[in-house]
Amino acid sequence: MPAPKRAKTSTWATKKGLAQMLKGGVIMDVVNPAEAKIAEEAGAVAVMALERVPSDIRRDGGVARMSDPDMIKGIQAAVSIPVMAKARIGHESEARILEALDVDYIDESEVLTPADDRFHINKHDFKVPFVCGCKDLGEALRRINEGAAMMRTKGEAGTGNIVEAVRHIRTVAEEIAALKGQGEKRLRAAAKEMRVPYELVKVTVKAGRLPVVNFVAGGIATPADAALSMWLGADGVFVGSGIFKAKNPAKTAAAIVQATTHWKNAKVLAEVSAGLGEAMKGIEMRTIPEGERLSKRGW
Amino acid sequence: MAKRHSRPIIGVLAVQGDFAEHLHMLESLGVEGREVRLPTDLVGVAGLILPGGESTAMRRLLHRWDLISPIKSLAKRGAPILGTCAGAILLATKIADGDAPVLSLLDVEVRRNAFGRQLESFETSLIMEGLGSEGRSRTIHAVFIRAPEILKVGPSARAVATLDDGRIVAARQGRILGIAFHPEITGETGVHRWLISEATAALG
Repeated sequence: MPAPKRAKTSTWATKKGLAQMLKGGVIMDVVNPAEAKIAEEAGAVAVMALERVPSDIRRDGGVARMSDPDMIKGIQAAVSIPVMAKARIGHESEARILEALDVDYIDESEVLTPADDRFHINKHDFKVPFVCGCKDLGEALRRINEGAAMMRTKGEAGTGNIVEAVRHIRTVAEEIAALKGQGEKRLRAAAKEMRVPYELVKVTVKAGRLPVVNFVAGGIATPADAALSMWLGADGVFVGSGIFKAKNPAKTAAAIVQATTHWKNAKVLAEVSAGLGEAMKGIEMRTIPEGERLSKRGW
Repeated sequence: MAKRHSRPIIGVLAVQGDFAEHLHMLESLGVEGREVRLPTDLVGVAGLILPGGESTAMRRLLHRWDLISPIKSLAKRGAPILGTCAGAILLATKIADGDAPVLSLLDVEVRRNAFGRQLESFETSLIMEGLGSEGRSRTIHAVFIRAPEILKVGPSARAVATLDDGRIVAARQGRILGIAFHPEITGETGVHRWLISEATAALG
């Protein structure tokens, strides 16, 4: 039975609130119902339904688009945890389709090929909440200003290399820290430079963090990577290729879930990191030309 | 033996979910909260909060780290336990549609995601029965996120909040309280105050 008649749905509190409930958890990329089941069994808090994981998108090339609605429906039928799906940057129509499919969150994602080189989706116009990627504070606040109810630092998806993820979450934190204690004049100048309202900068600096839940994404491949993300201040982690490109997906998935909970406890981390078999093969950043970096998409 | 504290320490299950919001609420009420991830974290806590989150993930983490029986013994010793949303699911004696119960401390049957997916998450006001000794029923603002519903309340428990359409969204059994919504994100302090006063009383 749906929400009661007089209740208000799709409010900022409900949009932002679902992300709050996902905190301390792991959101896993899955490409079919069987993988979604494995993710749920392992303790994922949500799954991201997509056609190909980022490492395959990187390998295959071509245009990466929204997934087939049938595939998303199949995954929704298979699990009881939230199901997210990706739309191309600026692709309002893909987002409308995903909203009509009743997905729980839309990821306006640089992992897919951008559809608009000028505008991101106006996310305030939608009932369904959005998560977006960022590399720095300005990008995060622009997306939040457009209506994103959750953020994720981008990292470099499909690489199994956490270095970019670390760089992006550090950058956001350092840029907030640099504005701490600054007067109104300085904050107004920063707001102008970042092309966002002063009030948004003010609340962010006051809180000492982004005003919405922020996960780390892009390159997480091991339990230790997840723990490092949490240690750097992430609210949770997205794992893409890192699970189903590992030798033992179910075991790796469960271990990453445990590590995200027990990130402070090195003894537990040692226990859950043992005997997982080979992790996904990673890519050294120097071997990826600037123009092929997914994190450069979006602005 | 529990040491006498002027104010009790309240544990907040921190395996997953919005535990930081609950800790923040406790802090704003001047009470020490403690993150609980392992059984040893429960030593010395006088009350416990099971936060919102994904109940399937929390269930797995509770089993994996053997937290079930220490939480049950905490309840047996009279410590108050509050479960919000996923936390209420963990407390229930019965979960509709096949899932096995987790803690079985609250005599209710719940249904997960009873209102639907995220687009059916909602905000509303509702009347909640007074909880404390001084408590009277009052209207509170509540946020429901992919929320569960309490389908049936068994003989040992009773409903303490319902929606306009009669659906039950909170139930209490002595010092165990399960609610389907999230006072920790709306700044509604009454439920936490009740937990703290019960915990103080339980300390003797």
